[in-house]
Amino acid sequence: MNEMFGSLTPFTWLVEPLSHEFMRRALMVSALVGGVCGLLSCYMTLKGWALMGDAVSHAVMPGVVVAYALGLPFSIGAFVFGVGSVALIGFVKQKSRIKEDTVIGLVFTGFFALGLVLVSKIKSNIDLMHILFGSPLGISSSDVQQTLIISGIVITTLLLFRRDLMLYCFDATHARSIGINTGVLHYLLLSVLSLAAVAGLQTVGIILVVAMLITPGATAYLLTDRFDRMTYLAIFSSAISSIVGVYISYWSDIETGGSIVLVQTGIFLLAFLFAPRYGIFKTQGTNHF
Amino acid sequence: MNPLMSKPSKSSLGIEAHEVCVDYNGTVALYDASLQLKAGSICGLVGMNGAGKSTFFKALMGFVRPSRGSIRINGSTVHKAQKDQAVAYVPQNEGIDCSFPVSVWDVVMMGRYGSMNFLRVPRESDRKAVWHALERVDLLDLRNRPIGALSGGQRKRAFLARAIAQRASILLLDEPFSGVDVRTEKLMSQLFIQFRKEGRTILISTHDLSHVRDFCDLVVLINKTVLAYGETSEIFTDENLSKTFGGMPPNVLSGPTPSIEEFLE
Repeated sequence: MNEMFGSLTPFTWLVEPLSHEFMRRALMVSALVGGVCGLLSCYMTLKGWALMGDAVSHAVMPGVVVAYALGLPFSIGAFVFGVGSVALIGFVKQKSRIKEDTVIGLVFTGFFALGLVLVSKIKSNIDLMHILFGSPLGISSSDVQQTLIISGIVITTLLLFRRDLMLYCFDATHARSIGINTGVLHYLLLSVLSLAAVAGLQTVGIILVVAMLITPGATAYLLTDRFDRMTYLAIFSSAISSIVGVYISYWSDIETGGSIVLVQTGIFLLAFLFAPRYGIFKTQGTNHF
Repeated sequence: MNPLMSKPSKSSLGIEAHEVCVDYNGTVALYDASLQLKAGSICGLVGMNGAGKSTFFKALMGFVRPSRGSIRINGSTVHKAQKDQAVAYVPQNEGIDCSFPVSVWDVVMMGRYGSMNFLRVPRESDRKAVWHALERVDLLDLRNRPIGALSGGQRKRAFLARAIAQRASILLLDEPFSGVDVRTEKLMSQLFIQFRKEGRTILISTHDLSHVRDFCDLVVLINKTVLAYGETSEIFTDENLSKTFGGMPPNVLSGPTPSIEEFLE
């Protein structure tokens, strides 16, 4: 802590990093990615897709490597492998007697291992550590551009379909019975998940990206009984975590992805303990009168 | 013409099933199931677990396509009925995620989604429909409560209100009497009678025989096929019930326990 503040005033702590181009960029990208993943995390936690989020985020790895090797945007490779892994999970589950969580674990570790092997075999300038742990402080401008586009697509999709997706998470039977195509919604959510995983990969890396996809949603879920409010809270807590995480990482010289996720986890713990209605030390009853 | 429902029934038949067969990857769930229910009837769908009740519901909602036979709802295809928001499904309490962050109002508004624009922005008419539906099930005061804060009976009423707001003419109810208080039961029986007057067709899937006797004009006995259907008083014979429940005396089988035959199958 001494090192962190030392002779610094809180003002310089906040402002000094902004004088560097790379920090402005890192803060902007991390906050944006945090917000996007925060919004999506509401659907992931409500649908019970935490494991699916973990699977897809790991499974995009070979896609990223192949895309880099072929000179394509990494988002395209990630998208193909993300959705492909889910299709494969569905196929293996249907054609065998193995339980779903086992199939998910099997497929995503297989894809992830393939990614590791490809990185070591394909001669390229991909830095394995950057993919695994993220490097928002060293993000290139072409990666910034791609992340902006991905975020735009994810946000637009989630905003356009937010009511339908909420209904799909809550009561898929009703959605289907009134003629809403739930199959399309299922794959839409998975596609958006693959894209968000690539965006999250930029800031916290493949290994921790699942935290971005569930923690903000879980935190917000403890704080409110309204879906809209839950999305605002998740976006806010996630974006703030990313910004604070990047600052702490800068001043204390610690790994950025870990720092962001730890801040998120810290906020979750606060909600877990002190949420007015659902915290351990709750201050309001749960009877809503 | 009935202003409470999306489409008046062209034919006087609410549900027509003609020799319907449904199989899942070669396993027969339902075969040669035929029945005709006129619009404005309250009908119990009685059978054991695995007898094909939920398969029949799925076929009526268009979730499974019969491998043979045909289904018509209000005289038109299942697809058309779906488009017209004609069929509403009222789930079992166990089938609902009670901790989902939605209010009673939000849930009932979901009944309007099919009639809204692509972004599902509610109009004045949608809000009115939701308000009236909540009024009818006596939940207006609780409209801002989260769904999880309701009792089992209140929750059941909220989902009935959703079907009303949807203006569905066919209501499929899954075990509506389980975990429901006396007040809700009374209100439901009054509602069903109103629904009948409005020309809606109500199909109640249950294995609770005493409620069928009290609530339903008609009954359909089902065990992989339609064994019998007609006036409750005529159909509810010991012989028919023992066929439905595979030879076991019906009083033993009014609960959800599967029969030994079903177990050994």
